[in-house]
Amino acid sequence: MKTAVIQFPAANCDRDAITALEKITGRESTLIWHRETEIPEDIDFVVVPGGFSYGDYLRCGAMAARSPIVNDLVKKANGGLPVAGFCNGFQILCEAGLLPGALLRNKNLKFVCKPQKLKITNGNTRFTSAYGGQQEVVYPVAHHDGNYYADDATLSKLEKSGRVLFKYVDNPNGSARDIAGICNEDGNVFGMMPHPERAVDPLHGGTDGINFFKSILESR
Amino acid sequence: MKAIVHIGLKPGVLDPQGRAIARSLGDLGFSEVTGARQGKVIELDMKGNDAEKAKASVIEMCEKLLANTVIESYKIDIEA
Repeated sequence: MKTAVIQFPAANCDRDAITALEKITGRESTLIWHRETEIPEDIDFVVVPGGFSYGDYLRCGAMAARSPIVNDLVKKANGGLPVAGFCNGFQILCEAGLLPGALLRNKNLKFVCKPQKLKITNGNTRFTSAYGGQQEVVYPVAHHDGNYYADDATLSKLEKSGRVLFKYVDNPNGSARDIAGICNEDGNVFGMMPHPERAVDPLHGGTDGINFFKSILESR
Repeated sequence: MKAIVHIGLKPGVLDPQGRAIARSLGDLGFSEVTGARQGKVIELDMKGNDAEKAKASVIEMCEKLLANTVIESYKIDIEA
């Protein structure tokens, strides 16, 4: 599997994503600068990394979502290319219209930075299948604007159609219905505030993130 | 010409910053404040002097970038 990570100014998790992808796929991962206009045709999976692209100016992810490379990402994602966004990457995917809803300031106004327990609410997807029967995982969270919002009709539709893949145990940010991670209608675009790419080595304090990436690898 | 764009969270969308502001004003003794909503103002310097044309163009800017209409609404004032 050939993977790529998009690099935005002031995003700081691109290295983490590259390291995780290379560890799990055993192949070099490509870093793509945000001013590029095309994702190479042979790329099988793209990560939109976390961080604070453009200093969170205007709204988190707003500027990055309008960058030239995201224009091509939207086109390719709509054509079926698997894409995952973590943290700022989730905000960017929502701002780009690839995922429904938006991320608001955390309900308690605090920056939350800790290992976070999550419930796997749909283990039968290309992002969760390798977890087998495992019900819970721990991924780190580190964000100020992770309060997931969408109107009630959208939330019900997401839940009914199995597009909510993870829910928070002890909701850290006020997200609607404890939703942590969602995918698009076709199931090839996924976003969440927690960081599976920061849970792939015992030195990270946990390795629960490995099976997230293994799922994608095995679903090919 | 100037376009002044007021952007705020839609009614019903939780605004924890506005809530914190209202609480702090209460702590300062302004007991008449029953709520606060925080938004932002963007001032655009614009070429030309056709207000109607400018407004149409700023609406497009709001829909494409300035506002996230999932959570925000906007109001545009054009000044000569």
